[in-house]
Amino acid sequence: MSVDKQTVQKIASLSRIAITDAEADALVPELNNILGWVEQLGEVDCKDVEPMTAVIPNKLRLREDAVTDGDMRDKILKNAPAAEHGFFGVPKVIE
Amino acid sequence: MTESTYRIQGATGEWEVVIGLEVHAQVTSNAKLFSGASTEFGAEPNTQVSLVDAAMPGMLPVPNKECVRQAVRTGLAINAQINKYSRFDRKNYFYADLPQGYQISQLYHPIVGEGEVQISLDEKDPDAHGKAIGIERIHIEQDAGKLMHDQHPTMSYVDLNRCGVALMEIVSRPDMTSPKEAGAYVKKLRSILRYVGSCDGNMEQGSMRADVNVSVRKPGEELGIRTETKNVNSVRFVQQVIEYEAQRQVDVLESGGEIVQETRLFDPDKGETRSMRSKEDAHDYRYFPDPDLLPLELEDDFIFDCKASLPELPDEKRARYKNVLGLSAYNAAVLTAEHETALWFEKLLDTSNEPEKIASSAANWMTSELFGALNKMGLTITESPVTPEQAAELLGLVADGTISGKIAKQVFEIMLETGDGAAKIVEEKGLKQESDTGAIEKVIAEVMQANADKVEEYRGGKDKLFGFFVGQTMKAMQGKANPQVVNELLKKTLDN
Repeated sequence: MSVDKQTVQKIASLSRIAITDAEADALVPELNNILGWVEQLGEVDCKDVEPMTAVIPNKLRLREDAVTDGDMRDKILKNAPAAEHGFFGVPKVIE
Repeated sequence: MTESTYRIQGATGEWEVVIGLEVHAQVTSNAKLFSGASTEFGAEPNTQVSLVDAAMPGMLPVPNKECVRQAVRTGLAINAQINKYSRFDRKNYFYADLPQGYQISQLYHPIVGEGEVQISLDEKDPDAHGKAIGIERIHIEQDAGKLMHDQHPTMSYVDLNRCGVALMEIVSRPDMTSPKEAGAYVKKLRSILRYVGSCDGNMEQGSMRADVNVSVRKPGEELGIRTETKNVNSVRFVQQVIEYEAQRQVDVLESGGEIVQETRLFDPDKGETRSMRSKEDAHDYRYFPDPDLLPLELEDDFIFDCKASLPELPDEKRARYKNVLGLSAYNAAVLTAEHETALWFEKLLDTSNEPEKIASSAANWMTSELFGALNKMGLTITESPVTPEQAAELLGLVADGTISGKIAKQVFEIMLETGDGAAKIVEEKGLKQESDTGAIEKVIAEVMQANADKVEEYRGGKDKLFGFFVGQTMKAMQGKANPQVVNELLKKTLDN
């Protein structure tokens, strides 16, 4: 598996990361190196091996259905570039 | 269901419509799917947001057990396979209503697999016009926040209160072939969700909304290319979307064009759908398993408890009303369609030691008198000014002959106005029915005397005059005579 410059630019745009043309050029071989390295894993036959999701035996913990959080609007909005009347303000997005 | 086959008449012949629905149902829970913030509707903006919901760095999601339980109960209610192993995945996209940059959902291993929902196209006799709609899966996922575009000239406002609230996405097979079937499916699904208590089914508040997939084809041909109209929030709109979209697709295809697989928006004011071009890129969601969450593994005991906690569901209840309580197919269907109605009816029956005996008259009274009155006042059954206990008292007075059915209507109207009990009204207004044969015979004698000519005609063979005598007798007794006794006595006296 490998990527070309166009794919790199598309991924960047989907991830909302601005990259210059020169950066895209530099990222192509860099990403392909990583992909090639990861691809080595494909050489191992793990057809009959269960995917491992934790290194120690562990189960997904569930929470009781109780309201224990929230009610901290000032904290939530503190880092927002714009906030008005208790809302976040963002550049207008409309269909 | 051949008698109701839905077809679009095009210039080149008939077209068939194929419909599948993805219904998003907000799970009834106190707290959100992965955080302890409240889910309550209508709070001040951004007051029900935790650091997890706001996607602050380092925050970790912990699933809410109740949301898992409700999804499993919903799956069991539609006889679906429950997957003891399921997993959460990240669906990546950027939008202002989703601070994480991804929605936690279940793509590869949903919690609920295949099931089905029985729909009916005839509420008068559901069994005769039933159809099974296949359910492909139900998975749980996070809802997004709410955007407001009309409050500021250059900015959109974001409220994250809804962000992270649990949704069930209920995905149907493309088994529906008309707007009516799709409408019946949404109504039935809503009814089941309300019975189960896993979603309030309130479409106006957005706690249940549908993505409508529509394609058209010539009968017998391969499936056509479909479009998906997002976030449709009423049964009527779902049907409008299908009508509009099917006709639009036929027009495009017949004029030599091609259908593009795309996401569309419904405009309720115009009754049209239009393309959401900006979402074209969005379909590249780059799903992958969420590394913050281990697989969700369910124990048999947990599933067993979910099953044990299910109430009697609408189809079972309808069958019982019909077969055990002896209700008509129509009454059984109407009284079980909404859980609240069935509960009201059962409370009424609970007042009796022999519920089977009063079931039919109670059902008839509810579907005609009570529903008629509520309709006129614009109230739902839960807002009824008359309680089931008060209704039982009224019906009891009819059953034991204290008042006639006709007087009962008057009494009911006074009950609605004053809130008084039926017995008190009957007592105070002197509406008690006269069943004393002596008193009635006396009036009959007077009526016959005053209408000797008519008696002559009747006895000469003019049977139809019988009704006249009944009317005169009732009139003379201000409608309070027991009609059955009047009939019997009149017959006896006149035929002698």
